[in-house]
Amino acid sequence: MSDHIVRAYDNELELLGRKIAEMGGIAEQMIADAMDALGSMNVELAKKVVASDVRLDTLQREIEEAAILTIARRQPMAVDLRNIVAAIRISSDLERVGDLAKNIAKRTIKIGSESRLPRAIVGLNHMGKLASAQMKDVLDAYAQRDVERAQEVWARDAEIDALEDSVFRDLLTFMMEDPRNISFCTHLLFCSKNLERMGDHATNIAETVYYLVTGNNLPMDRPKGGDWTGLRT
Amino acid sequence: MNVQVNMTSGVDAQMAQKISIKDLKFFYGDSLALKSISLPLYDKKVTAFIGPSGCGKSTLLRVLNRMYDLYPRQHAEGEVLLDGENILAADQDLNLLRARVGMVFQKPTPFPMSIYDNIAFGIGLYEKLAKSELDGRVEQALRGAALWNEVKDKLDASGLSLSGGQQQRLCIARTVAIQPEVILFDEPCSALDPISTAKIEELIDELKSNYTIAIVTHNMQQAARVSEYTAFMYLGELVEFAETSHIFTSPSQQKTQDYITGRFG
Repeated sequence: MSDHIVRAYDNELELLGRKIAEMGGIAEQMIADAMDALGSMNVELAKKVVASDVRLDTLQREIEEAAILTIARRQPMAVDLRNIVAAIRISSDLERVGDLAKNIAKRTIKIGSESRLPRAIVGLNHMGKLASAQMKDVLDAYAQRDVERAQEVWARDAEIDALEDSVFRDLLTFMMEDPRNISFCTHLLFCSKNLERMGDHATNIAETVYYLVTGNNLPMDRPKGGDWTGLRT
Repeated sequence: MNVQVNMTSGVDAQMAQKISIKDLKFFYGDSLALKSISLPLYDKKVTAFIGPSGCGKSTLLRVLNRMYDLYPRQHAEGEVLLDGENILAADQDLNLLRARVGMVFQKPTPFPMSIYDNIAFGIGLYEKLAKSELDGRVEQALRGAALWNEVKDKLDASGLSLSGGQQQRLCIARTVAIQPEVILFDEPCSALDPISTAKIEELIDELKSNYTIAIVTHNMQQAARVSEYTAFMYLGELVEFAETSHIFTSPSQQKTQDYITGRFG
């Protein structure tokens, strides 16, 4: 797209995009590290995840403040307006993703000393990989203003939902096998919920990218994953 | 044709058209200033005309009450239907037309006479009223232009003694006084401070329940604030006509987008 007559306006919008990219990088890293830490019960790594959330929160505030200033200063219209609204929305989604990764890390710190059940984590790892991939794809879609890719992410969220159901069933089985697993598995249940939520945020971002590029909204109903457990409400 | 559909996405067959502009061409001498413009002005709605200087938006406005007739070597072709009747027809009574289609200009243009007479003068051209009736009409017009409370104690003072914003509202009162059906605003706020501008915008908001309004403005935010429909013009052509909410959030034409986001030329 061609540049604004006022060059400072372009700089402001570019800065917003750069900060979103930085947030995206941090959020992706936090998901990966949180899942690594959980898989290997690495408390040190988990602590690192908790610590990196601060930067994410700071960035989100900076983006919001910069966006508000630009609105006040430039009265953005059309694609510029959508750009700024998208930055505000995406930064808040990424901030939430960071919180969810942090929550997984905190649970890792808690259960690090308890008895392990490595096979219980297999499904979660799979969910983590999917969530990471969704996040990466949707951030690429944002960076490249790629509507098709955003729509693919949007449609693919059903896979995470389906996996969450199967993880739920596995964990339920482990808890029934041996009540000593209950505390550990309960934490893992929350972790799986967190990962499923990350997927939701990825679809939120996909919807925002769609709006940013086209000016239209995706339909309200998004394809949902199977619900064999009756878990979904 | 695809472009045609996009260009006129604001055209709604259900809505009553107070004015229908059809295939309008306008010439300054030999030079073509408007190239086949077609669009509606909906009844009791505000339509904004935006576009860079020289795009033809003021020219278009001047056609709507045949202001151009005052100048030699200017002429229009095509049709401008006001309630279904072509005002470009040779037998159109211009005085009657200008009573039905009032105009407010960029710079306030009060007559060098009292505030009262500024209003009464215009009424006198069209109607002979008793003094008491005339008083009532003057008050009504000044109230309609949200000026009454500021001037009611000094109706004999010169119109020129008012502030710029008040002068502009006086001109609006003068326009409203002869009870037109359509009001044309040609950059009514470009010489006013933000407070006076806000008052004029508030006034336009009130006026639209009784009048069909067309406004030319260089202030994009103003167009976004006051109008329901927006027409973007460029080099004598209508690039896009659509609902204002559509134009300012996701215009269909790249040119519109470039202009309203400040990426033009």
